[in-house]
Amino acid sequence: MNNEPLTINYEPVIGLEVHVELKTKSKMFCSCSADYFGQKPNTHTCPVCLGSPGALPVPNGKAIDWCVMIGLALNCKIANFSKFDRKNYFYPDLPKGYQISQYDQPFCLKGFITLSNGKKIGITRVHMEEDTAKLTHQGENSLIDFNRSGVPLVEIVTEPDFENAKEVIEYLKKLQQIVRYLDVSDADMEKGNMRLEPNISLREITMNNELLTINNLPKYKVEVKNINSFRFAEKAIEYEIRRQTEILSENKTPVQETRGWDEDKQKTVSQRIKEEANDYRYFPEPDIPPIRFTQNQIRQLADQMPELPDAKLARLIKEYNLSKYDAEILTREKEMTDYFEEAVKVGKTFKINPKQIANTVINKKIDMNNILPAELVKNIVNFKKTDDIDENKLQEITDKVIKENQKAINDYKSGKVQVIGFLIGKVKQHFPTADSNQIKTALEKKLK
Amino acid sequence: MKLNELTIKEAKGGLKSKKFSSVELTKACLEQIKKHNKDLNAFITVTEKEALDSARKADDLASQDQVLEAKSLLGIPIALKDLFSTKGIKTTAASNVLKDYIPQYDAAVVKKIKDAGAIIIGKTNCDAWAHGSSGENSDFGPTKNPWDKEYVPGGSSSGSAVSVASDMCIASTGTDTGGSIRLPASFNNVVGLKPTYGRVSRYGIIAMASSLDSIGHFTKTVEDSALFFNVTAGQDKMDATTLPNPVEDFTKDLNKGIKGLKIGIPKEFVTSDLDNEAKEKFEETVKTFANLGAEIIEISLPYTEYGIAAYYIIQPSEVSSNLARYDGIRYGNDRSYFGDEAKRRIMLGTFTLSSGYYDAYYKKAMAVRTLIIKDFNDAFQKVDALISPVCPTLPWKLGEKINDPIKMYMSDVLTVTANLAGIPGLSLPIGFIDGLPVGMQILGPQLSEVKLFQIGYAYEQATQWRKQKPAL
Repeated sequence: MNNEPLTINYEPVIGLEVHVELKTKSKMFCSCSADYFGQKPNTHTCPVCLGSPGALPVPNGKAIDWCVMIGLALNCKIANFSKFDRKNYFYPDLPKGYQISQYDQPFCLKGFITLSNGKKIGITRVHMEEDTAKLTHQGENSLIDFNRSGVPLVEIVTEPDFENAKEVIEYLKKLQQIVRYLDVSDADMEKGNMRLEPNISLREITMNNELLTINNLPKYKVEVKNINSFRFAEKAIEYEIRRQTEILSENKTPVQETRGWDEDKQKTVSQRIKEEANDYRYFPEPDIPPIRFTQNQIRQLADQMPELPDAKLARLIKEYNLSKYDAEILTREKEMTDYFEEAVKVGKTFKINPKQIANTVINKKIDMNNILPAELVKNIVNFKKTDDIDENKLQEITDKVIKENQKAINDYKSGKVQVIGFLIGKVKQHFPTADSNQIKTALEKKLK
Repeated sequence: MKLNELTIKEAKGGLKSKKFSSVELTKACLEQIKKHNKDLNAFITVTEKEALDSARKADDLASQDQVLEAKSLLGIPIALKDLFSTKGIKTTAASNVLKDYIPQYDAAVVKKIKDAGAIIIGKTNCDAWAHGSSGENSDFGPTKNPWDKEYVPGGSSSGSAVSVASDMCIASTGTDTGGSIRLPASFNNVVGLKPTYGRVSRYGIIAMASSLDSIGHFTKTVEDSALFFNVTAGQDKMDATTLPNPVEDFTKDLNKGIKGLKIGIPKEFVTSDLDNEAKEKFEETVKTFANLGAEIIEISLPYTEYGIAAYYIIQPSEVSSNLARYDGIRYGNDRSYFGDEAKRRIMLGTFTLSSGYYDAYYKKAMAVRTLIIKDFNDAFQKVDALISPVCPTLPWKLGEKINDPIKMYMSDVLTVTANLAGIPGLSLPIGFIDGLPVGMQILGPQLSEVKLFQIGYAYEQATQWRKQKPAL
């Protein structure tokens, strides 16, 4: 298989199913702890999550609220009337023989996420379900750990709106950022609390009398599983696009199937061929009464939600006159924005402007857990003071460092400009609180 | 009178006045079980040791008057249908699939009964998974009717009805998904209550059809039924379908009489399909009601004829899903241990839920269900309660219908609509035909159990059919 650029005759059609595990204290339908990661197997169980005869599910109200919040954050409509359904299928990790999920009346419908290029990715639905137990295979034996059984899971399904892996990755990062802002999931791919299954196919684009015709959705669809990082997702999607293009250009149709990403082989491999859609025999879960939301309840949930990344970004730019680039970095994690804004507040009294604080927070990789925002401001203030007084001293030390590190200086002059970092470090030993940029400028002046 | 023949009320009185101890009472029941269970096959498991231990504890507690007041079933031997999970005690659902299954927890109702001081004397036989109307579908052999051992006792709560009718216990629990309490009660001359759906927690009771299962009981009198219901009724945080309504004292209106009450007779329940003698017996009963001062009004429930069809779609659909967990990975025995009736319902339900059939069957049946609810709502605008026969026929001989599932299903034709509508029904004796008991059911709107007890009590006091006992 070659890595040549794609032929323009085919356009990728990609949809995404993402599962996000909520970090509620208890499981979805019982009071067992939902914190299963790294726990001793089968210690967080009870008759409900073991599916013992006679046990009944009682829904976790917090999980439902959080699912609705995710829906609101993704611009979805919240259903006034919703219900749980049973999805019937047999698998050893499913103790009841069915999964409690939502079928035709999910909590949230029809939302979107806007990518940085302005394109809107449609969200088909956001629904609530329960996680399955975890199977481990050891030789001939399979072991079942029920600690994960019944952990709340939110499934977010998109329209087939993605055209390339880049869009998918941007969407995923945004989604991850949103659920982390909401503080409802750690959304850690490696721990398995964020899982994704892209559906990939290609459609033909034909040029006819200079008229571009985009055919309808392709007749097949390939689902890719076993993706546990954004990087894998990118590689798997790109691989699939190449693989399917090759098949299509031979006038054949790719098989409708589930494939898995094999990181060792750097390719997707066939797992299961779907001859027809599975029949899950969905029907309304009789053990859980339908759920109704009033407009008032939905409003209350919306009021509880923190400011979301997009809004925060816009506000940071406007309120503090930051560049989009800086604001984007500062809003990547909610904690960083909070830190920045706290420092700005303190900085005001010392007449330190937000831009300066933003630069410090971004460039110096501040240890936010150990340096309080007020301390940071104090350092900036102190630095300003010493800066004025010790200009002569800085010159003196710079000269000394240059003299003592002739090899580095020669390297620098011969084009290895990155050794400047080493020299900055040497100078900094004498000025631990100094701004690296200041030293860099001083050094560069001398080395010209 | 022997101790095991006592009612809850009488036994409570005797224990309070120290006429006898709980150990004596429990021993009398155990004695009766030993004597007759071999013939009647009412119990799958008898918990003799545990029962006597509990009885001794109850006797210790009974010396304190406050405890006697607070624990309303203190020292009373109760049998549980073998669908009720009992911690540490085998719970088989009368199926070989679960023949060695020992639950790790008590059903919510079992806990309530135990907390009220009751003595669990054993687990009763039933149709496997509660699938059946005769008790013959048990993998542990059929239960026999104590009034004539050639006849079926009715099902599915066969052993529970028989254990009360034959005085092997003072009261027993049952489940009613389509008539499984009311029908055996009527075949055994005992009182059976199918409560409002959601009035008693289903937590820990092996599910048959979750949207229909009602958790009730068998007693010797209407008053006992109300006393027992005082213990079991109420919202449970472990069952999301239980109703939040506060629990009242269900005995409070027993003595009010029924003068002036409007009693409806649903004409679709009393048709030519009804056994002639049973029909005559029922007409006598209606006369008694009139004599007691009730106003008798003919009522129409037009969708009744679709009841059994809707029921036999919704119920197997839920059954097929509820039995999926017995997939052979746990509980010891695999799917080959399911009996014919369970297999039949799994196949029916799997079919009716399958894509392409769901709309034509399940969805349609749910629409019928809504119409049946409306039928009852309309009726209860006009009357306080309805009375009707429980079963279109008298008890039949063992084996008579076992190879004709449709005929067997039709024996539920008068009871299933109450389950579809979630309304309560009280089944009680109205006499005998050729030595075999006949019963009626009193149906009321949701949460009308107080009124059902009031009506049932008035009739029971006027007739006293309950005092007749089978010659074992």
